[in-house]
Amino acid sequence: MHDGMPPAITFASVSKQFGAVVALDDVSFTAPIGSVTVLLGPNGAGKTTTVRLTTGAMLPNAGGIQVLGLNPLHDGDEVRRRVGVVPPKPAFYDQVTGWENLQFAATIFESDEVRARSAAERFGIDHALGQEVGGYSTGMRTRLALARAVIHDPEVLMLDEPTAGLDPESAKAVLELIKEMAGRGRTIVMCTHLLHEAEGIADQVVLMEEGSVRAHGDPRELARQYMPDPIVLLDAADRTSLDFIPELDGVLAIRWDGPLHVTIDDEDRIPDIVIEMVKRGVRPTRVEPLVPTLEDLYFEMQRSHRASV
Amino acid sequence: MRWAMVKAVTRADLYRLFRTRDYWIPLVILGSMFFVVMPVLLLGSMALIQQQSSIVNQIGGIVGNLPDSIQQNIQGDSPTARASYAFAVYLLAPIAIIVPLTISSAVGANSIVGERERGTGEFLAHSPLKVSEIYIGKLLASLIPGYAAGIVGFGLYAVVVNLIVGPQLGGWFFPTAGWMLLVLWVVPPFIAIALALILRLSARVRSAASAHQASSLVTLPVILISYGVASGLLYSPVLSAAAAGFLAWIIALTLLASGAKSIKRERLLGVSADG
Repeated sequence: MHDGMPPAITFASVSKQFGAVVALDDVSFTAPIGSVTVLLGPNGAGKTTTVRLTTGAMLPNAGGIQVLGLNPLHDGDEVRRRVGVVPPKPAFYDQVTGWENLQFAATIFESDEVRARSAAERFGIDHALGQEVGGYSTGMRTRLALARAVIHDPEVLMLDEPTAGLDPESAKAVLELIKEMAGRGRTIVMCTHLLHEAEGIADQVVLMEEGSVRAHGDPRELARQYMPDPIVLLDAADRTSLDFIPELDGVLAIRWDGPLHVTIDDEDRIPDIVIEMVKRGVRPTRVEPLVPTLEDLYFEMQRSHRASV
Repeated sequence: MRWAMVKAVTRADLYRLFRTRDYWIPLVILGSMFFVVMPVLLLGSMALIQQQSSIVNQIGGIVGNLPDSIQQNIQGDSPTARASYAFAVYLLAPIAIIVPLTISSAVGANSIVGERERGTGEFLAHSPLKVSEIYIGKLLASLIPGYAAGIVGFGLYAVVVNLIVGPQLGGWFFPTAGWMLLVLWVVPPFIAIALALILRLSARVRSAASAHQASSLVTLPVILISYGVASGLLYSPVLSAAAAGFLAWIIALTLLASGAKSIKRERLLGVSADG
């Protein structure tokens, strides 16, 4: 990330309605230059609308949007020239070849055939460029969509559910692209509802639900905010032997979710818990401090939001 | 307006059209029927029945009922030759309108709503193409097949007419000045008028099927008007044909100039632009 520089994308109190349906309601967030921002949320959360508003393909009913210092409302053509988009269901002209589709994209993004060829090679679709796209598999289409999206080396790349329906190899290629482009200072925004995909690549997450941003920020900061107390996972050969755990000093809460999730006031309590288990003749099968995943964080944030509502 | 972008949109549409046999083969059959098969059957039959005096007399009667001003222009010594000339030049004239207009309408109706149905509209909406470039590109991609069909069909029709009727008139006589004016000056603006209306519909409706239904409602009156104009102009002095063409061009250019506003990026995405 480039500290001190203005963000690549700024949404300030943005709302978008389709008739009576509120697609986005007072959405605010920023995506710093060179960062990977993951928009997390279930279907219908407003992630795709956010992408469409970013490029100016749609216009907001209220609020302000800045992309690379430009307003998509007034400078949409320039914004779209500097942004690449991989839509959720990449579509092409099926009756023409992959190469002809790329040539078309190269022309309208003022790129060239060398870059088009290079992008195709990068995503391993160059061998199929002579075939009509109508015969492509889902994975091949996504690879072609990725090649098309980076054909002009965009400063901002937006990927809307890029791994939906992909085989593991293609999904890995997508995640590698994200890391590689972020490493070159490009700003990435990825929409997904697959939490494991965002794990490890997200500099910040924006949790969206029903058109609103529930929370956003660095995943570690959010974990500290939403899951401030350490959790240790316990399991035993005989689970009833763990019934005494709530009585121990420092144990704040327990819940069975696979293993027993024990919320404690301090990580230093863990050795004491183990000693107590041994004393009571418990045969532990698992003792593991929980490092919160995005999935843990996601569900915790949802629980927290619903509790507040 | 960046013409390289317009050209790219037009070329992409034309590539796709020519690769889709299910789409252009019926259009070729339609053109062949009107420009070749029907004239061959009609004019060929007339050439074959020269010896049958009763039919020749009937045809002579039909030609005799045409206005004097037209009769003065009809060439040929025999009743059959005069009847063949009248059919070739006057009565088949409207085909010069129907075929290219139908072809352009069929292509145009699908052009914008088709992007939305395929999902390729999303790519266009996120691209740096200006809506005016998309509009002009789509317009040209719809006009070119119609105009090309009109020019090629007109050429084929000229060959057919000259080969069948020409020997009765002492040589090749077609195209006449009226036909040249019709094909090159009067037909193009009528196609443009129809397309200007059809592209607006294509940008607004939700499906290609709706676009085709709606476009037929637009095309039919335009065909009828242009049919009447075309038929009338062949009988009229060249000056009135030129004036009618000029008026049609003004209407066409006015409609085309305002047509780009019908394309909204949100509509390319399949989302109501009014939301």
